[in-house]
Amino acid sequence: MSFYTAIEPEQAEACDNGGVSVPLWRQEGAEPFVKIESVTKNFGDFTAVDNVSLNIYKNELFCLLGGSGSGKSTLLRMLAGFETATSGRILIDGVDTSGIQPWKRPVNMMFQSYALFPHLTVTENVAFGLRREGISRSETKQRVAQMLDMVQMGHLGKRKPNQLSGGQRQRIALARALIKRPKLLLLDEPLGALDKKLREETQFELINLQYELGVTFVVVTHDQEEAMTLATRIGVMNQGQIVQTAEPHEVYEYPNSRFVAEFVGSVNLFEGRVVEKTPSSVRIDSRDAGTTLSNNHGINCAINQLVSVAVRPEKINISHEDPEQGDNCVRGKIEDVAYMGSLSLFRVKLDNGLEVRVTKPNLMRAAAERFTWDDLVYLSWDEDSSVVLTS
Amino acid sequence: MSIISESARATGPTLRARILKRLGQIRGGRYAVISIPGLWLAVFFFIPFLVVFKISLAETAIAIPPYTSLFEFDLEEAMLDISINLGNYRYLFEDDFYLSAYLNSVKIAAISTFFTLLIGFPMAYLIARSHGATRTLLLSLVILPFWTSFLLRVYAWMGILQKNGIVNDFLMSIGLIDTPLTILQTDVAVYIGIVYTYLPFMVLPLYTALEKLDGALLEAAEDLGCKPAQTFFLITLPLSLPGVVAGCLLVFIPAVGEFVIPALLGGSDTLMIGRVLWDEFFLSRDWPMASAVATVMLIVLVLPIMLIRNNAEKQGESS
Repeated sequence: MSFYTAIEPEQAEACDNGGVSVPLWRQEGAEPFVKIESVTKNFGDFTAVDNVSLNIYKNELFCLLGGSGSGKSTLLRMLAGFETATSGRILIDGVDTSGIQPWKRPVNMMFQSYALFPHLTVTENVAFGLRREGISRSETKQRVAQMLDMVQMGHLGKRKPNQLSGGQRQRIALARALIKRPKLLLLDEPLGALDKKLREETQFELINLQYELGVTFVVVTHDQEEAMTLATRIGVMNQGQIVQTAEPHEVYEYPNSRFVAEFVGSVNLFEGRVVEKTPSSVRIDSRDAGTTLSNNHGINCAINQLVSVAVRPEKINISHEDPEQGDNCVRGKIEDVAYMGSLSLFRVKLDNGLEVRVTKPNLMRAAAERFTWDDLVYLSWDEDSSVVLTS
Repeated sequence: MSIISESARATGPTLRARILKRLGQIRGGRYAVISIPGLWLAVFFFIPFLVVFKISLAETAIAIPPYTSLFEFDLEEAMLDISINLGNYRYLFEDDFYLSAYLNSVKIAAISTFFTLLIGFPMAYLIARSHGATRTLLLSLVILPFWTSFLLRVYAWMGILQKNGIVNDFLMSIGLIDTPLTILQTDVAVYIGIVYTYLPFMVLPLYTALEKLDGALLEAAEDLGCKPAQTFFLITLPLSLPGVVAGCLLVFIPAVGEFVIPALLGGSDTLMIGRVLWDEFFLSRDWPMASAVATVMLIVLVLPIMLIRNNAEKQGESS
């Protein structure tokens, strides 16, 4: 494909390495590309980033996921050099970046508002970074044309930013940030301003582009779905700290805390006390559920400890008949049904008043009609489906 | 709580819609609104200008008012005499005195405008970059001088700049100069006076333009390799250009016709069109000549503004 002509040989090589075998972050002792070492950032009394340590590897598409005020944007701005860490240090490609000004860093950023220069045309916007490097006019022209073709905006070069749609602006902002071939590309809510349909398309384009170019991406987002689709790994942030760093499926299937479980996707939580424990399983007596719950993962907890059992709505079976299963089975009445096309969402009220959310894919046309308001139903799940959370 | 806010939300737009509808029912309500400033301009600008223009086409006469009338109607012979005298305009172009007065006014106004911009830009930038209470304080400091009469402030400058004034006293006390500098009654004093007086008119439009500037644009420029100085010339300055143009016009136009400042601070050789106008009216009592000077001055000032506006509108359309 024509993409490869735009890539330096070493980057092309990096691409090849990235495509095969075990990813770097799963390898023991692999050298991280970006090393964040116990970084803290205070604004007056407020601690925006609280002692964060994080390794990001070459060719990763790392997502920082968190709500507003979680410190994710501050962390990104420190990577770009717009903020200086109060303590700790950040190494990019082995170089300590403290004291390096933003205009000297091998890092580029795509801004949430895109920050396209309104007085310059699309071509001038994309060429901006190259012109500052003192690259010749002819080379600039060629590279800009290539980059614009890559983001499929070649025909709009003469327009001003205010003559573009949101999606077009997003592409130009991406082109402008990539044209200097940065070692690290920072993206602040890259898809936040796009509508749902466009966002889905752009997600895949972004992943492809990242793969083709072999540039390491760090994305900041508050949208967990976006983080799930884009990321090689996700760092979930809360109150200035990274609470979990893991691959998307791991964050979803094995959240390490109530916060992560609730922030990423929706979840039903049952509190209870540990009553039985073997190295590979636990049983929990839960007043919330009104029964005992069991789980076959090895959990680090003590007998009688207060824990939460998390079950995702889609992992719960719903039936009219009692499945006659000792643990992990509760009974309730359907309070609400939401038909969402591909799946249906049920809100079931248990006998003790607790509400449980269950989703069920509508595999057959009439499937949705089998369960309706005020039906008495049994909810059950596998030992393997729940997660026991100690924090 | 939520019920109250919801009902407020519900009545809010309908109330507004009702008012808008009522306004729309007044036939040509839009024109009624526009006609107020229009009427103001007509009564206090356009009609007086026509009067001045009419006087400029008359001849001086020893009479009250001191000029001949343009129209004379003879009832008996049913004759309307219209006598138009273009001699004043011819004289204006024949005598170097007027031309050099115009040129000197434009020169003094241009140089003053340049220095006002030079001083006003950093001030406006600082105000736009400050926050909350500091910003309010700085803005009110810019406007504060208007609380004192303009004339008094110019007189104060006479006190500051004269031979035994504050500036000379200070410079001599620190031993920088031995004999007092002559600042008052030179062009320098006029520049100082104009820059001082018109600074707020430069700072306020600049502040408005700079305040709208998105900080992310400056960060984006730095991110793409701009040092702060480059960021300023490539991003900040071009984007604040509308403010620069507005500020420069607001300073330049009144400065060209300025009378009080050159009269009080300038020397006898500071030739400005405002003083010429005054002299023609009150010393020579040549009203038609003075009116011709005023008419030409207006044309000299209005033409460039119209060109700039036209240009700006064309740019606005193309983008």
